This record gives sequence, structure tokens and C-alpha cells, in this order.
Amino acid sequence: MQYRPPVSSPLAQPLDPSHVVVNIGPSHPATHGTIQIVAEIDGESVVRADVHCGYLHRGFEKEAEHHTYHNIIPYTDRLNYCSAMNNNFAYAAAVETALGIEITPRCKWLRTLLAEYNRIADHCTCVAASAMEMGGMTAFLYLMTVRDYIFEHMNHLSGARLTYSYVRIGGLARDLPDGWLTRLEEILQFTENYLERVHGMLDRNRIFIGRTRDVAAMTPEHALHWGYTGPILRSTGLRVDLRKDNPYLAYPDLDFEVPVGIKGDNYDRYYVRMREIDESIHMVRQCMAQLPEGPINVDDPRIVLPEKELVYTRIESLIHHFKLVMDGVQVPAGEVYSAHEGPNGELGFYLVSDGTGRPYKLHVRSPSFVHMGGMHTLLEGHQVSDIVPTFGSMNMVGGECDR
Amino acid sequence: MPTFYEAIVDRLGPRCLRTWDSHGMLVLDIDASQLLVVVEALKADFGCALFLDVTAVDYPARQPRFDVVYHFLAPAQMQRVRLKLQVDEHAAEVPTLTGLFGSARYMEREVHDMYGIRFAGNADLRPILLYEGFEGHPLRKDYAMEHEQPIVPYRT
Repeated sequence: MQYRPPVSSPLAQPLDPSHVVVNIGPSHPATHGTIQIVAEIDGESVVRADVHCGYLHRGFEKEAEHHTYHNIIPYTDRLNYCSAMNNNFAYAAAVETALGIEITPRCKWLRTLLAEYNRIADHCTCVAASAMEMGGMTAFLYLMTVRDYIFEHMNHLSGARLTYSYVRIGGLARDLPDGWLTRLEEILQFTENYLERVHGMLDRNRIFIGRTRDVAAMTPEHALHWGYTGPILRSTGLRVDLRKDNPYLAYPDLDFEVPVGIKGDNYDRYYVRMREIDESIHMVRQCMAQLPEGPINVDDPRIVLPEKELVYTRIESLIHHFKLVMDGVQVPAGEVYSAHEGPNGELGFYLVSDGTGRPYKLHVRSPSFVHMGGMHTLLEGHQVSDIVPTFGSMNMVGGECDR
Repeated sequence: MPTFYEAIVDRLGPRCLRTWDSHGMLVLDIDASQLLVVVEALKADFGCALFLDVTAVDYPARQPRFDVVYHFLAPAQMQRVRLKLQVDEHAAEVPTLTGLFGSARYMEREVHDMYGIRFAGNADLRPILLYEGFEGHPLRKDYAMEHEQPIVPYRT
């Protein structure tokens, strides 16, 4: 069988006969995600680059149109699988806005806590992978250790290491297990200790600086033009953070800073992520201290599944359970766009409801996909060996990019 | 001092078919011919420097069939604006925004993939999430969910 690429590239015809076209990915250890970069190189420098995504497309939006609102939650886990909580909460917020309901105070604070906690894991993954690709194996192992402690701890909470499905429309699956917060403080201290070591190894490391400083730098205007959001936009010096500017959940009551970079290069993206982990730890501690008591689910039988015991003993609960499982939550007709600050940038859900239990249309504004659209501008003019650190600093997650 | 949204409605209201509020976000329903003028004004005069998203919604029974939905963000004010326009299945063509925003390049390719809406002026409408030779547009309502077209034949 003759090989034919799924999508042809204009780079198949080089601009100059002395140029060489190289192909990286879609299945390559350094792309850590299914993405393909076709690069036309002149000696060691990249002249043109063409980034192809879509190798992990699973039809999330089509699936969503055929499932009830609760059944979509496990699909949202599989968007950015390094921080499934953030996806869960962003999706639930869109549905709750459409329903016009207000979640309980405890749920609001717990969601904030878990979103920040999961952000730590996501940033650790990104920094770890970028460091490893530049030969920083110890930094990789330290950060992966932190990440694994967090995943094990999340497993205790939700029963899964990565794909938590912990959210419910109008609340959460269950309250915290006993002793969970005590273990959380231990892990935060452990994380701080290891982050300090990573700072010590990378911040002033000549090899690391040589490979990241001034590589793939961009101005704020360039970042906005190409739709960059999140840590990548902030690394250029723009203080744009939805948690500060459009506060949602419990963020208005939290004290935190928005770290920004200076040049928008790979080093700044590394440093902004590391500083964001510090801020997230600070926020998780505040959430722990201020976590209110009370119910985690809204008191509305049309939205929240009844207690299992009541389903077997009370006819009303049995009916509610049946209606919720078979027909789903009835969301009033209308449309809503709701965005959260995901670890990679603005994670938005655009929901169109026709008044039934299934969305008429559910669109994800995924940061990774938009970031890949401008990535060729950051690769062109740099060296072939810079492709991998630049790509790593973008933190493309295949599931989120291709949906 | 009018608010951000009031200023937009004052200035661009005459160019819109309707302006309304969707859960606190300003929505401008416009005609496809007004798209570039409105977006240029939003970008130049109202600071909508970030083109967040474009997608479409399919209403098979309606004429014209598709809604094309744009989201913009003004980072200084942290305010969002939604634009909606309607486009017919047969003359499904909308002006591209690639001249104003680089990020339009990828997002318009995705909408073209999924709905078959053409963006006039976007030179690169190759498939992005799908592959060359894929028949149909999967997010259209008449594309059955069970329909399969494997690029490599299944092993039996």
C-alpha cells in the first residue's frame, strides 16, 4: 500500500532546491501528543513550518449532541486529560448558567480548590516534559513525582487518576473523604520542596537558558493576533487572567497575583508556569482555610440525582431518578458562552439548547487548538533543535486540540 | 459615559439586524455583508483584539440553514462580544477574517471541515481535523452519527 499523507502540505514543494523538508510526528517521542510538524529547513534553520493536527479527533461535539447533559461529563475529562477537573467545571458552569442556577457555597469553594490543585498537576506536566526534552531528566522526575502524588490523591477523591468525572450539574459527585485535607497539606509542602529543587536546577542553568532565552519570543500584539491566551499570553507581559478580570467561582474572595513575563519566549513561559504553581498553592491553602460547611449539591430534584436509598424507598425519588437518567436535565432553550481560565488558556463552552435534555450544539473553544494555529510563526527563523522546546512550552494536549 | 456595550450598540446598532443580551454578553445579529465592517470597527475602536472562536450551528429545516457564531474579547475591558450571521447551504460563503486576525486561519478551517461553510478569501481551507477524501461534513445534523468511513479498511 502506498503511503499518502492524510492532508497534503504546500511544503512538499520547497522554495529552494537546496532546502530539505523534514517531517516530525505525528507519532514521535518529542511531540508528546499526536501532532505533525512539516518543516522546510535550510541547513539548521527552519524556513517554513506547517503544523497539522487532527490525529486525535474523536468527534466530541458530535457525541455531545447525542448524549444527555450528565453523560457528557466523562467526555469533557478527555479534552485536557492532564487537568480534567478544570474541563469538568468549565462545562458544568456553562450548563448551570443556561439553567440559571447558583451552586452552593461549599461546592463553589471546593471547585475552586480542585481547579487550582489540578492546575498544579497540569503545569508540572508541561514543565517536566519540556525539561526532559532538553535533557533535564532530574527535573522531569521530580515534577512527575509531584504530579503522581497529586493524581493518587485525586484518585482517593474521585476513583480515577486522570479522568475524574467528579462534577455533576449543580454540584459534585460526593463530598471529600475523611482525612483528604490533611493529606493535601502534606502534598503541598512536598510540592513546594520539589519546586525549589527544580528552580535550583533550571533557573540559572546555562544550557537551559541557552535553549530557552530569546527562543520563539513574541510581542503582546503578536500573541493577541494569533489568539494566544493563558500563560502564553501572560508570558508576553499582558496581565489577562479570567480569574482576576471576570471572576467566577470563589476567585473574587481569594488573594493571588497574576505573574507575567517580559519577552514571551520559552524561558518566560517556563517561569510564568512555575510562578503560577506558587500562586495555585497559595490559593489552595486559602480554600482549605475558608471551606464552608453545608451541602454540595443544589436542592433541586429536577437537576440533582436523588440519594440511592431514596430511589428504592420513595416513589417521587424513583420518578426523578428515572426522568433524569432517561431524559436528562431539561435545559431551557437558549444559548450561552461560558469561559474558565484553564491551565492552557481560555477554555470556553458554547452551548445551544433547544429545551430538551440533550444539547443542540456544544462547541469547545479549546486553547490548544488555537495555539497550534499560530505555532508556525514561532518556529520559523529558529533552529531545528528549537522546535522541540518551543513545542513543549506551548503545552499542546492532543485531546484538547483535536477534541 | 456609556458603558462598553452601550457604546458598541450606539455605534454599530444601525449595521445590525438585532442587538440583544445573552446571559450578560452582547450579541449582534448581522448580515454576512456587514461582517468585515463590524469586526474592523470592533477591533479598531473597541479594543476587541482577541478573536476567540468561530463555530456554526445547523438548523436543517430553516432557510437560511446555518448560523455562524463569532466570539471576540476586548482584553483591556475584559468584555466579550458575540456576532451571529445566517448563511444558506447552497451559497454557503462568508468573508474570511484572516486579514484581521491570524487565529482565524485554523478556526475557519475547522468550521469548513465540520459544516462545509466556505470562507471567501481564506486561501488555506485544507481539512484540519479530518482528512482529504472525507465525504460530507460531520457536524451537520443530516450526517448520521453511526456513519463510518475508515481511511484504512478494517481487518476482518
